Parts: sequence; structure tokens; C-alpha cells
Amino acid sequence: MAETKEMATIYIFGKKYDVPAELTIMNAMEYAGYQLKRGCGCRNGFCGACATIYRIKGQNQLQTCLACSKKVENDMYIATLPFFPLVKQLYDINKIKPEQSIMMQLYPEIYSCVGCNACTRACPQSLQTMQYIAYAQRGDFAKCADLSFDCVMCGCCSSRCPAGISHPQVAELARRLNGKYIQPQSQHLIDRVAEIDEGKCEKDIKNFVNMSTKNLDKIKELYNTRDIEK
Amino acid sequence: MYGNYLDDAAKIVAEKREENLKFEHARLTAEQKDDLLLKFHPDRIKKQFTELKIGPNKGQQAPIELAEMLQAKPRLEPEKIDLNHIDYETDVLVIGGGGAGTSAAIMASEAGAKVLLVTKLRVGDANTMMAEGGIQAADKPNDSPAQHYLDAFGGGHFDGKPELVYTLVNKAPSVIKWLNDLGVEFDKMPDGTMVTTHGGGTSRKRMHACKDYSGAEIMRTLRDETFNRADQITVVDFTAAIEIIKNEKGEAAGAVLMNIETGEIRIAKAKVVIIATGGAGRMHYQGFPTSNHYGATADGLVIAYRAGAKLLYQDSLQYHPTGAAYPTQILGKLVTEKVRSLGAKLINKDGEVYIHPLETRDVNASGIIREVREGRGVHNDVQDAVWLDTPMIEMIHGEGTILKSIPAMYNMFIKYGIDIRKEPILVYPTLHYQNGGVEIDKTCHTNVANLLVAGEASGGVHGTNRLMGNSLLDVVVFGREAGIEAGKMFKKIKLSKELSLQHVKDFEKERAAAKIKGNAVSPKVLPTYHHGNPEFDKEIPGATL
Repeated sequence: MAETKEMATIYIFGKKYDVPAELTIMNAMEYAGYQLKRGCGCRNGFCGACATIYRIKGQNQLQTCLACSKKVENDMYIATLPFFPLVKQLYDINKIKPEQSIMMQLYPEIYSCVGCNACTRACPQSLQTMQYIAYAQRGDFAKCADLSFDCVMCGCCSSRCPAGISHPQVAELARRLNGKYIQPQSQHLIDRVAEIDEGKCEKDIKNFVNMSTKNLDKIKELYNTRDIEK
Repeated sequence: MYGNYLDDAAKIVAEKREENLKFEHARLTAEQKDDLLLKFHPDRIKKQFTELKIGPNKGQQAPIELAEMLQAKPRLEPEKIDLNHIDYETDVLVIGGGGAGTSAAIMASEAGAKVLLVTKLRVGDANTMMAEGGIQAADKPNDSPAQHYLDAFGGGHFDGKPELVYTLVNKAPSVIKWLNDLGVEFDKMPDGTMVTTHGGGTSRKRMHACKDYSGAEIMRTLRDETFNRADQITVVDFTAAIEIIKNEKGEAAGAVLMNIETGEIRIAKAKVVIIATGGAGRMHYQGFPTSNHYGATADGLVIAYRAGAKLLYQDSLQYHPTGAAYPTQILGKLVTEKVRSLGAKLINKDGEVYIHPLETRDVNASGIIREVREGRGVHNDVQDAVWLDTPMIEMIHGEGTILKSIPAMYNMFIKYGIDIRKEPILVYPTLHYQNGGVEIDKTCHTNVANLLVAGEASGGVHGTNRLMGNSLLDVVVFGREAGIEAGKMFKKIKLSKELSLQHVKDFEKERAAAKIKGNAVSPKVLPTYHHGNPEFDKEIPGATL
């Protein structure tokens, strides 16, 4: 099983390196000797730090991916995109309302969308990016939030947008509006917070706190015999 | 298909699958568990720990890798730093841009403080971003903060500090409400009732989630809110705090900062300093892979320790039993506990069910290590491991269950040609969480005046074992508490006239007196990986040996 490793030839910022073909782009850069400072965050597909653009030699199409979760390929030309100048507008979440006008006010460029769908094709998370922008245009924030939920805000979409839209920021605003204003409130949560504020939960919990220092055996017994919800 | 020697190894598992599915392994007795933990849990392997020779925890044990960093040379020579050249003056300095750091910054700004938030990567590059499972809070009618206390305190082997556990559980519902009011999209029923489930060690269903992006959804909301407060919160990213600065009274009064791209040194002066630097998975204790983000290198522990802050349970780590062990691209990534909840069993190379799949995390991690060490692991060129027999899931619950219930797991493996509906997967424990850290009280104070700590960098909240869903809760509860406390403190504190790094000089003297050798410098800031490239084993890459 100690077979020699299959290698791939890749071009990091145009410079040629031979790396094991099994590596991700991120690991291949480290194999080549890079100490990453930019373009590396969770290394696990959640944080969007490692947006990357590549082209396979001989192919016209530019591809986008997250460097942490994309394996290298032979003849891959790689440029990382550790930062993209997205526009993030400032707002007070308590003062804005979930109305269409807020998008017009904060992100009017979304109405310049030319419908090319390059954003959707660029999304490493396979989101329906252009569609969620369409929902944002109409002020349908719940649908925009739903379609954009898996967004890691890497910016690949915006890097390909001829209208200069900052899709991830539009979606972030829509999700916060949805979470705060559109989704139903949780009455049991409001009630429990009130009970705690009124001190109604204090006696039981203080009892356990005291036991924790004064009667450890008792709390151990209570823990080991506690009933568990089915 | 594995497309290599592992297909033969997997055949053994497939042949015994019917039989294994019917076989229910008995739960271990308390004695058997103790024995397994004692012999195989990484925390119990004495030779992997060493006695701290200097500092506030002198005489206590710490992982060898952490001890090296805690006792290493400072990154700077105090004599060469001009503390009169102040680059930033602020009320509150927050070090770290994860869940705890942003929560602290927001609450301090709410109290009117001017906040400087420094982070060595970007805001949101943190373990908070990667938490999939959820966040606990006792907000259902059949639940109570007291019940949550019992679970958290007991789950932490009764080692937690009671006042911290009290704060954690008592503030939990209000923290969920705070997050919801900021716009976090929790999973809810149409009538607004929160969808809540069990986690390991919970006695009530109190795990709140945002699909399987709970941490990411919370983190990106906190990040957005932090940026919205630009008039009060100044964010300085790609900048690591490498030393705490004190004043003439020995109180924390700022930090020495280093731009990690240019190496430039900057001086920040502050009335209150909050360390929220997170965990230590990237220290790869005992050579373990990790589920943690790139910057989890225990920097906060190091700078706090040099400033005289005491640690608690620095020798207690959490190893998640099922980290991916193959293929190499996903080594150490988390295979969620849900895979076992759905019925997949742990199986050794002989096709044998050697343990119950739902023993606690520490017990199952130890079991896997035992199988591998005693020659019953599956040998491969990434990480020797045991099988997790995922095809069992659909035999139990029917076809389609995997795509419906654990799509992220399916996606993670199919990228590399492994269909978890048809093939078992290889797992080995992964370094997941730092149970201990800098000792704090309920308002996040350390034993160093004006130095607060919150989140994974702190110790005492979870005792010596953390429950799923209590870490997301911890970062927001104690991040907020630190911010609120700093928001009260800054009004009564005057900016120091005299800044000093005398404690760093003293530390170096202590180091010399204890005859600590080695050229390691700390804090580590970032790990270095070469993925087996032999060139980098040489002193000069490319030179002949």
C-alpha cells in the first residue's frame, strides 16, 4: 500500500508547482511552502475566507471554489481571492423595517441586475444567488433569507457581477430582517425570560448551587437519577 | 468506492453488516469505563503532560505542547518597545473576533465605551463559525435553569465553578432572545415555538439550532452588528496581541499588537482589556488532528499567563470520537454525533462491534484509540482508524434517510468518491475543545486587575467536560457579561500614565532561573503545515542533507 503518490502540476498565481494530487488547493499551497496568512479561516467550508478562482489549462471557463474543500487538478491555474471589496452598508437593526424601501435605500444597485446569472454559476455553495437577489428586489425577505441561508459570504458571486452587487451583504440584511421581524415570536421564550427576571427560578437553582459546594454527594445522586425526556 | 486497498477492508464490514445490525453491544459498566479512560483517554496519558516550572500555575500539569508555549520566549524584547508611542487609545480593548469577542464589543459599546477590537485573522474566523449542533437554553415549559444546571454541572464531572455554571444557565434564555432580536434565524414551528432537540448529556430537549449552520448564523449576525457600530467599535484585523501591557499598579492597561502581514508593532492603551481568543485545537496536542479553525493556537492563554493570570483545568481537553480519518482532505473534520444517534455502529478491522456507539464522547474516543493501538484498527495511509458503519442507517430507517437527515455528511464524503450510504467511513478522535483556560469569576474577572476573559479561552464554566450546545452558549453569555462589566468599569478608570512591560522582563528572569531551554517563541499565532513535503524537513528547503 505504500505506493508512490500521484502528483499534479498546478500553477499558484502562475508559478508552477508539483504537488500530491490528493491535496486540496489550500493544502497544496502549504505543501508548496506558503505560510498562509490570508485566505484561510475555518479550513472547513463555513467561513468563506478562501474564495479561489481557477481555470484548467485549455478550458475557457473560469471556475470558483473554496480552497479548503476543492481538490487540485492537473494544469490548474489558481488565484486566491482572500478579500473582495463588498459594500456593507451600516444600519440600526432596531430602526429599520422589513419593507422593500430599505433595500432601495441601502443597496439600490440590486435593481441594476442584468440577469446574467454569473453570480449563481460562481457560487461554491450552489445557491440560487440571482434568484435571491430577485426576492430582495421585491422585498420578499423571507424567501431571500431562505435561499441564501447557506451563504458563507466568500464573495465569489460579487467578483463575477457586472452590476457591482454585494450579494452576501444584501442577503445578510434580508436574513436579519427575517429573523427579527418576519419569523413568529417565541412566546415560551419571552415567558421564561420574564420568570427569570422576576426571580421565579432563583430558589431551585440556588439550591443546586449551594449543594455543589456543601453536599456534592447529594447533587451527584440527583444527577445520576434525573429523569430524561423521551 | 475507495478505489484502493480499503475496498477489501470494507468488504469485511459489509459481510458482517446484517449480523452486526442485530447485535446490541452491552453498555460498559462504571468500572469498565474508568479502566478504558484510565488506559486510553489522551488526558490520562501522564507522559504527554509536564509540570509547569514557572508562572501562576507552577507545579501543576499541562499538555507538553501548551507548557512549551506558556514558558517560551516572548516574541519581543521589552527593551526595544517604545511604550510612549501610543497607536490606539481606547476605553475597552477586545482581543479576538469570534463569538465572545464580538458579543463583548457590542455590549461594551452599548454602555457607551469606545471599543478597539483586534483579531489576528478576520472577524468571524473562529470556532463559533463552525459550531453545527446548536445552543442550549432552558426555555421550554418542562425545563428550567435548575435542570440545565444539573446537566451542565454533572456533565462536567462536578468540576465546574458553581457561580459560572449558574450564570451560564440562568442567562441562557435571555441570550437566545437577544440573538433572536438581533435577527438570528432560529428553527421555529409556524406558531413561533422553538424547535429543540437533545444533545449528549441533556435531560431535556433544549438544543436550539439554525439548521446545521447554528454557529455560522450566530457568528455572521454578531459580525454584522459589530460592523454596524463602526462609530464606537474600531476593528483592526490581521493583528495579533502578543503581550499584555500593564500600568504602574500592575493592572492590565493595553497590549502590544503585531500586524501579522507586515510584522509591524503597534501599541494599544486601554482602561479594560478583554481576552476572547478562543481555543487551542491547532496546537495538535499529542499529534491529534483537529476540528478547530486555523487560528486556534492558545495565544490568549499565553499572554494572560505571562501577565500573571491563573489557569484552571489547563490539562483538560475534549476529543470528539468521530473525526474523519480518511481521505486526507478531510482529516480531523467532524463527523456529527447524529450519525451514531441514527444507528451507525463503530466496528474494528475484523468486522467486530467492539463497543456501544452511544457511550459518552470521552469513552468512545478512548475505545477507538484502544482498538487502533492494540492492532484492531484499520491501517491506511492517512490515519489508522475504525469503521463507522453508515450504511446501517438506511437499513434501519429506510432509503433516503441519509440525504434527509445528514446531508452535510453525505456531501463531505461524496466529494471524494465515498458514498456513505453504501460504504462505511473511517473515523478517529479529533481535538475538539479546550475545557479549561484562564480562571474567571462570574463577571469574567481574572486575578489580574482590569483583565477580563470570556469564551473558550476561559476555564471553569464546563468543569472537565463540556456538553454539546454549551459552548455556543458560553461564548455569547460570557462575551456579553465581559462587555457589560467592562462597560461599567471604564467609567471609573483613568487611562494609565505609565505603561510597562516589567512583567515580561520578570518572566524572562523566572525562565532563566528555572533553566528553561529551547528557542520556541510564543504566542504561536499561526500553525505551519507542509503536508509531508520532505523539503521542509531540511533546515534550508532545497538544500542537500
